[in-house]
Amino acid sequence: MGLFSFLKEKIVGKSTKQKDKYVAGLDKSRRNFSSKLKSLASRYHKVDEAYFDELEEILIEADVGVNLTLDIVEATKNETRIKGITEPTQINELLVDKMFVSYVQQGENIINEITFKENGPTVLLVVGVNGVGKTTTIAKLAKRYIDKGKKVLLVAGDTFRAGAQEQLKVWSERLGCEIVTGKENQDPASVAYDGMVKAKQSGVDLVICDTAGRLQNKLNLMNELSKIKRVISKEIPDAPHETFLIIDATTGQNGVLQAKAFKECTEVTGVVITKMDGTSKGGIILAIRDELGIPVRFIGLGEKMDDLEEFDLDQYLYGLCLGEEK
Amino acid sequence: MAFESLSDRFQAILKKIKGQSRLTESNMDEMLKEIRVALLEADVNFKVVKEFVNQVKEKALGQEVLTKVSPGQMLVKIVHDELEALLGADQCEVNLKARPTVIMMVGLQGTGKTTTSGKLAKLFKKKFAKKVLLVAGDVYRPAAIDQLCQVGKQVDVEVLNMGDSISPVEIAKMGVEKAKNEGFDVVIIDTAGRLSIDEALMQELKDIEDSVSPHETLLLVDAMSGQDAVNVARTFNERLKLSGIVMSKLDGDARGGSALSIKHLTGIPIKYAGVGEKLDDLEIFHPDRMADRILGMGDVVSLVEKVQEEIDEKEAKKTVNKMMNGKFDLNDMLAQLEQFNKLGPLSGLLKLIPGMPKISEEDQEKAQKQMKKTKAIIYSMTPRERQDPSIIKNSRKLRIAAGCGMTSYDVNRVLDQYEQMQKMMKQMKNRMPNGRFPGMR
Repeated sequence: MGLFSFLKEKIVGKSTKQKDKYVAGLDKSRRNFSSKLKSLASRYHKVDEAYFDELEEILIEADVGVNLTLDIVEATKNETRIKGITEPTQINELLVDKMFVSYVQQGENIINEITFKENGPTVLLVVGVNGVGKTTTIAKLAKRYIDKGKKVLLVAGDTFRAGAQEQLKVWSERLGCEIVTGKENQDPASVAYDGMVKAKQSGVDLVICDTAGRLQNKLNLMNELSKIKRVISKEIPDAPHETFLIIDATTGQNGVLQAKAFKECTEVTGVVITKMDGTSKGGIILAIRDELGIPVRFIGLGEKMDDLEEFDLDQYLYGLCLGEEK
Repeated sequence: MAFESLSDRFQAILKKIKGQSRLTESNMDEMLKEIRVALLEADVNFKVVKEFVNQVKEKALGQEVLTKVSPGQMLVKIVHDELEALLGADQCEVNLKARPTVIMMVGLQGTGKTTTSGKLAKLFKKKFAKKVLLVAGDVYRPAAIDQLCQVGKQVDVEVLNMGDSISPVEIAKMGVEKAKNEGFDVVIIDTAGRLSIDEALMQELKDIEDSVSPHETLLLVDAMSGQDAVNVARTFNERLKLSGIVMSKLDGDARGGSALSIKHLTGIPIKYAGVGEKLDDLEIFHPDRMADRILGMGDVVSLVEKVQEEIDEKEAKKTVNKMMNGKFDLNDMLAQLEQFNKLGPLSGLLKLIPGMPKISEEDQEKAQKQMKKTKAIIYSMTPRERQDPSIIKNSRKLRIAAGCGMTSYDVNRVLDQYEQMQKMMKQMKNRMPNGRFPGMR
């Protein structure tokens, strides 16, 4: 039994709410991707070079990236030759196999949820370029852990963008959790410091520290981030325990550069992909994993507060490539 | 190597074929492959890349082979011409003739609509002396209205804030009404970010369009966006009458290929480019120059314009004349450093100069730091010392060093620098026909 059929069985057996959400959230993405695969399979009776060219196009248009696409197509091609497959539909299954393998090969078993420390606050630092949805994701994450009975503190470390402090403040009021804010243009590291002090005093379980959006090629802004991190770990040893990089699903190949740069200066422990409910395929998930080995931990599937799900590769590939016939 | 900039990649390719006397099918193939990968990594749409590569190939293998230029030059020209054609021929700005001119900003979440609204307001105000009204139409994202109000304050432009309990359509109508009554020249309507597939929210934009019929509807496109950007632009364009694209975050290291494909596949012109976080950082988009930049030929015209805008001409003339008369002192050197600083980070400037793309971020950072140090040292001198540096001997050096927290070695370095500059001035003066710069009085 191939990996694909295994996947199919596994998912179909697992008819959960989460699956429905994935299928619904990825609906627009999938419609494009899987219908393209299907139409490809129906147009070709025989597998040849032209077929693989088109396969390449479909992957690249999903933002999977040139290098990884070439690898995946090459691997698929080889296996087709070895097994003597000529049926286009079978090749599509093989392709999903290869995408899966390339992701899983990169590493160990991943725990998506934040691992809490036994005592003292667990600190999560949230970073990313401008406009990816850091603040919204923080609110969603806070809600997730408040619902699990954790005491959460928000730290509004974006002192640069106009209205950023207010935005997080609104969320803290709606969620009913505490917040530490700073003044406009205050050194964000000092806001982080205040946050850590407060966290220790009031005995919270989780501190989520927002930062201003920054483009990864701005050296001084990246240094500022390292400073924030230093200040945090000075106050609370081994903190930040988690650093999430937020990436917009519509991002193209620059996403890999983002992950690389942020990883260098903050030791990113996980990626959160936002805006997956649009038409983008989020192929950057695979590209980042392939190049840097950073796992995706959560994905944002909508604008509602509950629309943040643990990332599940099975579900993602299934939702993207196959989905349910309706 | 993956993810070299498009310029680096092209430069590497061109270096490869530089020594070769003719374009053959085989060396062309290699180059075209590289070009293809480079463009795809720059997020240029797959179909556009295909078209582009084929066009370049056809032209290169065609008639030009017999001309006198070297094959390398020839290929640069072909790639450049094709790239320029892809980017669109002319630059175009927003037309502000109508009073009031109504501009609507639309786009996905997080593309920079609110910031760009502020930048546009500043541009219209500063460059065209227009009275601008910003309209806060994003009633969905928490604190989005706050953000626009703060931005408005920074650029000193009035913001219409109706709160978040009125429909955006009503807010837009009131904005235009207010502009008509109070004599505003330009109305910029900020809207909430939305997915192109969100039926209800897209209809809302359509309703705004129907009720205020904007003269311009600008779609914000993130320079970092991937292959799907074309589909997004198409959907927005199907629902609304888009009049232009604003590319945001072009100061990042994303190559912005997606926005280029949007131009090519939808025909909507790119009008402005966001190039930084400050509210000044908006430029008119120049397609021809962008092609040059992609090819690594630098963007000299942009540089000249930037310099002209920021350098205080009187100040500069004063310095030059002083230099020419041999009266250049440390005060002038300081003034020069200040002028230079006004141009913004060194990195931005260097990128615009041809043949200089190889300076690393660290080196630029160092140069920037060095300049800061030099300034600190000069600030620690007395006015007399600045006017006549020759009086600075050992004990003065120690005092200056202590004043700025550096060593006398650092002070020596600045003095050496000053002497070198003075020497250069003298040499220059001797070369000028009448001891003056041409064009300077």
